Amino acid sequence: MAENTNALGEVAVGAPPGMPQLDIGTFDNQVFWLLITLVAIYFVLSRVALPRIAAILAERQGTITNDIAAAEDLKAKAEAAEAAYDKALADARAEAQRIAGETKAAIQADLDVAIEKADADIAAKAAESEKAIAEIRAGAMDAVAEVAKDTAQEIVAAMGGKADAKAVAAAVDSRMKG
Amino acid sequence: MADDAKGGGGLEFHPMDQFIVKPLFGEVGDPVHWYTITNATLWLALAVLAIIGLMVLTTSKRAVVPGRGQSIAELMYGFVYKMVEDVTGKDGIKYFPYIMTLFMFILCANFLGLIPMSFTTTSHIAVTAILGFGVFFAVTILGFVKNGASFLGLFWVSSAPLPLRPVLAIIEIISYFVRPVSHSIRLAGNMMAGHAVLKVFAGFAQVAAIAPVAIIGVMAIYGLEVLVSAIQAYVFTILTCVYLKDALHPHH
Repeated sequence: MAENTNALGEVAVGAPPGMPQLDIGTFDNQVFWLLITLVAIYFVLSRVALPRIAAILAERQGTITNDIAAAEDLKAKAEAAEAAYDKALADARAEAQRIAGETKAAIQADLDVAIEKADADIAAKAAESEKAIAEIRAGAMDAVAEVAKDTAQEIVAAMGGKADAKAVAAAVDSRMKG
Repeated sequence: MADDAKGGGGLEFHPMDQFIVKPLFGEVGDPVHWYTITNATLWLALAVLAIIGLMVLTTSKRAVVPGRGQSIAELMYGFVYKMVEDVTGKDGIKYFPYIMTLFMFILCANFLGLIPMSFTTTSHIAVTAILGFGVFFAVTILGFVKNGASFLGLFWVSSAPLPLRPVLAIIEIISYFVRPVSHSIRLAGNMMAGHAVLKVFAGFAQVAAIAPVAIIGVMAIYGLEVLVSAIQAYVFTILTCVYLKDALHPHH
């Protein structure tokens, strides 16, 4: 026994030379503690670690899904807002066009009225002027007749005749008409 | 010491000493009973604490926007969950906690084993055999409970030509029963071999002439071992998923 121990150095009694793995004397010990270890690991993992990690992963997945849904929601809202903006813009443009048209029509109406009024004024003024011109012309004719009568009377007087004013006037009148 | 007397040359290799199961308290030669608290117990307990730290404490804030620790926990969860879902389908999801238990235990035990002076629990065939045969029996029982006798259709390759089917059935049965063995030895073998190689390189570092090469070798192998630790946890888990899929959907 002592010889054996010496040859193997510090190898435990009963251990075969070479491989301690084949020392059947330690098997029951290793198996016993291994089973305890495995049961302990199994309970730690299945009762604590794995459900916890699964919950964490599920929660993360849920958060990501929610965030994506929220992002989709916001995107839809943005699109709706853009559509509303576009609609408002189009409405405003139409409104502006309408108002411009209306204003143009109103201005046109005012203008028409003003032009009409101005035309009427111009016509009235022209009529007035014509009347005045006619009056002036009539005045001028009268003056011409007067002058002609006076001149004729003077000429008759100068000729030595006795100028009958009425006769001269009648003669001038008839001549002027003729 | 006997070692001193024997190792006159100075080169001492004890690559397997790191795998010795010994009582945590008391003398080296004390007997290891089934209830004895050993270094294996310590590192199994540390694996549990690591998992609690990694999966429970980091997620205590339940942040919607995760911090660093919570991201790791979620990454682990998502990784295994997706693996279970992809390989076994929707109806395999209810076995997710068991598969997650396996994955987290193997991953944490492998990484804890990479701490210098630590004890690698998953390098022991006793541990990996329990895991491998546990998966084997669970999956087999589940297959018969879920499918009844039609679970045996797993061994009857209906897409093969009829004369070949009995031959294939024998091969399928053999491969089915080899599964737990390969499942457990793959993990234990990878872990043990890597750690033993690390120790051998470290042993060479005792000789000054080759110490730089040995230390670079240790660093390189350590990097490889980090990779192997993660990959073996992944391989064990995905094979468990594949076996589970066979149990749930035995028809090819």
